[in-house]
Amino acid sequence: MTLEVGSGLTIGLILGTVIVVAAMLIWVERRLLSFWQERLGPNRVGPFGLLQVVADMIKIFTKEDWVPPFADRFSFVLAPAIIMTVILLSFAVIPFGPNVGVVESNIGVLFILAMASLGAYSVMLGGLSSDNKYALLGSLRAAAQMVSYEVFMGISLLGVVALSGSFNLRTIVEAQEGMWFFIPQFIGFVIFLIAGVAESHRLPFDIPEAEQEICAGYHTEYSGMKFGMFFVGEYLGLVLVSSLITVLFFGGWMGPSFLPPIVWFALKSGVFIAFFILLRAAIPRPRYDQLMSYGWLFLLPLSLINLLVTGAIILST
Amino acid sequence: MITLFYLAGAIAVISTAAVIVQTNIVHALLYLILSLLAVAVVFYVLGAPFAAALEAIVYAGAILVLFLFVIMMLNLGQHTRDQERSWLSARMFVAPGIMSALLLGQFLNVMSQIDQDMTITRVGVMEVSALLFGPYVLAVELASILLLAGLVSAYHLAKK
Repeated sequence: MTLEVGSGLTIGLILGTVIVVAAMLIWVERRLLSFWQERLGPNRVGPFGLLQVVADMIKIFTKEDWVPPFADRFSFVLAPAIIMTVILLSFAVIPFGPNVGVVESNIGVLFILAMASLGAYSVMLGGLSSDNKYALLGSLRAAAQMVSYEVFMGISLLGVVALSGSFNLRTIVEAQEGMWFFIPQFIGFVIFLIAGVAESHRLPFDIPEAEQEICAGYHTEYSGMKFGMFFVGEYLGLVLVSSLITVLFFGGWMGPSFLPPIVWFALKSGVFIAFFILLRAAIPRPRYDQLMSYGWLFLLPLSLINLLVTGAIILST
Repeated sequence: MITLFYLAGAIAVISTAAVIVQTNIVHALLYLILSLLAVAVVFYVLGAPFAAALEAIVYAGAILVLFLFVIMMLNLGQHTRDQERSWLSARMFVAPGIMSALLLGQFLNVMSQIDQDMTITRVGVMEVSALLFGPYVLAVELASILLLAGLVSAYHLAKK
């Protein structure tokens, strides 16, 4: 049985793996955080607490799924579905291995940027339809944060696009045969990493859902599996950003041949997932205005200069 | 492919009509997003993937996010919904309806004259960029000057 791009088996496997990995990350994150903070974390259910996720799932599926009577029902139900849909759709263009993927798209990078920008509607509608002060504040912050960081995310990618001469993610991976792009595009890589954290609004950039200031932000009114979809959507976003960094800057599936390509891909993405979790344990949350001025006054000029210098070097060689 | 074109076109037309008759402003905005995404699919089917991607990124993904942002700040409640409903009488549709019908007639007239068999040539990102920064570079520069002027004036207004 061989895998090929776009076959039903490949699509099913990718979808299943991505969702299971995202769900397992809830446990991985809690265990890793505890490890770094010198405590044990969830280790009661099953070996090493591995079945904690199953217990959480049973709990969240059987909880009452309550829609507040004052909420705008249509948008309230739509919001969590948007985040899951756009992130799962983004996985469609990612090449997981030499012959593993869902579609071959010549506008792969643009497709991912489009999906990322549509993801902003999820948090905004969630907060707006809840008719709750904290939720509204959270989604206002989310809107500003996601629209701003999308800009730097797009510009930081353009260096890679210019070097490989394509928006196709598979071509981008193949162009890294000699040298992975994080060496010539180190600044682009760092900006993309920061923007990626901000786009998936994970700690330390979880300002839209900062517990200490605004309850739980945009998902304050959500319960049951609707909350679960926001939650899993966040982890899916984490997996997506890690795979994107692997594809764009770290040679995708490439590596020494003693391991199969797909394993190299998983290993590289795993390192970045662990890094994002460590980031959460290490850095405090910035203030909202600090985040915005950091983005517009520092990251934007830096990414523009990076693009300019990359273009000049490509032209001169 | 042609089925997809008609499907996306129908979704675009229906959702645009829904934007007009919808009294809840957030729902109207959602229909507008749907309409823009359907237009993006139409572009894609007609062989313009770059235009489709830009339609989704710029219109659906950025401009309408700002629309939604403004709606959030305005805190529009039941009274705007009532006001919208009072404005949406059948009498209001007469003049726009006649003008749209005229436009539609003209459009159909023009469309019936062009060659029926349509061959789709896919225009990639590179071809679009080569045109934009080749023969049309002046238009790009003018557009960027216009945007810069808008930026400066927005900054000025915000400072006040």
